[in-house]
Amino acid sequence: MLEIRDLHVSIEGNPVLKGVNLTVRAGENFILFGPNGSGKTSLLMTLMGVSNYVVTQGSIRFKGVDITHAPMYERARLGIGISFQRPPTIHGLPTGKLVELCGRNRNVDPKALAKKLHFDAFLDRDVNAGFSGGEIKRSELLQLMAQKPDLILFDEPESGVDLENMQLVGQTVHDLLEGEKKEGSLLEQGRSRQTCGLIITHTGYILQYITAHRGQVLYHGKLMCEANPHEILKHIQQHGYQECLRCLSTETPLQAIVKS
Amino acid sequence: MSLAIDNFHFDGSEVGEKIQNLGLLPHMDQVRLLGAGIDVHDTHVAGSFMQQNAEGIHLHQKNEGIELLGIKQALKKYDGLPQHFWKLLDPNQDAITQKAHDVLHGGYFVRAKKGVKVTEPLQSCMFIKGNRVGQSIHNIVIVEEGAEVHILNGCATAHDDEEALHLGLTEFYVEKGGKLTFTMIHNWGNRVCVRPKTAGIVAEGGVFQSNYILLKTVGDLAMYPTIKLDGEGARARFNSIIVAPEGSQIDAGNRILLNAPNTRGEVIARVLTTGGHVINRGFIGAYATPVKGHLECKGLLLGGGSVHTIPELFSQCDGVELSHEAAVGKIAQEEIEYLMARGLDEDEAASTIVRGFLNVDIMGLPKQLQTAIDEQIETLNAHNAM
Ligand SMILES: Nc1ncnc2c1ncn2[C@@H]1O[C@H](COP(=O)(O)OP(=O)(O)OP(=O)(O)O)[C@@H](O)[C@H]1O
Ligand SMILES: [Mg+2]
Repeated sequence: MLEIRDLHVSIEGNPVLKGVNLTVRAGENFILFGPNGSGKTSLLMTLMGVSNYVVTQGSIRFKGVDITHAPMYERARLGIGISFQRPPTIHGLPTGKLVELCGRNRNVDPKALAKKLHFDAFLDRDVNAGFSGGEIKRSELLQLMAQKPDLILFDEPESGVDLENMQLVGQTVHDLLEGEKKEGSLLEQGRSRQTCGLIITHTGYILQYITAHRGQVLYHGKLMCEANPHEILKHIQQHGYQECLRCLSTETPLQAIVKS
Repeated sequence: MSLAIDNFHFDGSEVGEKIQNLGLLPHMDQVRLLGAGIDVHDTHVAGSFMQQNAEGIHLHQKNEGIELLGIKQALKKYDGLPQHFWKLLDPNQDAITQKAHDVLHGGYFVRAKKGVKVTEPLQSCMFIKGNRVGQSIHNIVIVEEGAEVHILNGCATAHDDEEALHLGLTEFYVEKGGKLTFTMIHNWGNRVCVRPKTAGIVAEGGVFQSNYILLKTVGDLAMYPTIKLDGEGARARFNSIIVAPEGSQIDAGNRILLNAPNTRGEVIARVLTTGGHVINRGFIGAYATPVKGHLECKGLLLGGGSVHTIPELFSQCDGVELSHEAAVGKIAQEEIEYLMARGLDEDEAASTIVRGFLNVDIMGLPKQLQTAIDEQIETLNAHNAM
């Protein structure tokens, strides 16, 4: 589904990604860890095609198409969706209207979708105008529900979400990635398992709601230490990211955590 | 800007014929009026008035709660309207007021009777037909105690490529607890020169709301209406939506004087230029306490043109809350990209943002008019290939 090869990215001339290689297969959820400033958000932004993030080397393929330099809307139409961490406010555009636009030519019912997220009271408000951190998260999820992407990029979906809403957000992320549970229809479920996710998390709360297939640590613009995401999380909780430094210095990054 | 008033003839030679209803106007004229928000079928309105060049050609009063007269008729009936005519405006102010004082073609007189609340708008059209026509009108609006009325003022020329000069004077009187909503929509042309002069006074607890919509090219427009809030608790709000295509030269502002305690004023302007030049002014002055005022000028540049915002606040007392917010620029790339991430291409994203910027929802217009304006904004979007 997604193939990233030797990706180098700069922001305003400063290198932030320095040779990222990553393959995410259909139906797989890939968890991205890494300390602040390591380049996680930059990777997602680059995949989406945000203009500040300039690819200086390497390639990105999605569904077999080279999208390294494709415009954002082409990536979106091809099936990539993103939940932004700090989306802009758009005055005069009601949230409900944007949800409709996200559905493109499919007929979506913003009201019905919003109800599932307890967000229907916000449909008439301008997009992100005065939304709290947690409300922004739900607004982003609502747009993704209408958009139905095949690859979803989540940037810390749980940050700023209170405990009560965490259940709701977690469940929605689950539904987006793994399909809603439908009684009986195994076929339906099988099909929705084609969706894949690339998920950034610091706390790991989101892992309780989804099947986390694989994970890696992004450190200084490079991916390392591929392992079971739960193992990585446990390891970071116990040792911090110091271990990554050690990996770097010994030049044996892969599988280091699993072995230790 | 100096103006060659003498290039236009004010002799009233092209007089229109009186008509029973606006549906009898030539089709082309009707189209131009529709562009100025006028309902030519007179269906959802409390009454209609139409001035063509020097002549009032149509007057139809449907609601008994309102007195609607031609200004000349009213001057006769009320002995020159000594309390209201030229009481807020001064003939000696400038060459425009002087000319308007010397030559009076017409205009309307509206009196919303005490306590009467009229929900449907009263519409008035100021129409100019012919080349080098000068039109000079003077309107008086009185909203008596506790009355409520909405005046929809649509201005248009018959042709968008002929020269014309419109001098339009308006004096508003909102008495205690009265409420006046004044919506003005302009549909001039690229060689039309427009000089409205507007002043109003609002008494205790009264409300004045102005909505101004300009979506079409206008050769040269300058206006700076002033509303004085003289009674305790009076409020005024100006909403303006100005689009300036190439060829437009606009100097438009709004002024509110907070002269009594607990008065509140707001000036909200959205200016979009696609090649025209716009000066957008705003002034809120505090001369009593406590009062509140807020100015907001936002300018968006698409392509060429310029926007110069001049927000001004004045205060001579404490207990005053005055603020302003001004921003001028291109559409934020971040907003475009946010929408592109949802699958909209660059043009779709830009026009969605522009539509939001020109949002007229805040004006609370009647549904029909709102729809008509929304449609105009849609075509604007499509034509500008943003
Ligand atoms: N516009 C910019 N100009 C220069 N440097 C930038 C710019 N935007 C981001 N950076 C830098 O790029 C690096 C990577 O940032 P990024 O947002 O990808 O980190 P992150 O891994 O998501 O961190 P966090 O966990 O704090 O969200 C940081 O050092 C950041 O300061
Ligand atoms: Mg980040």
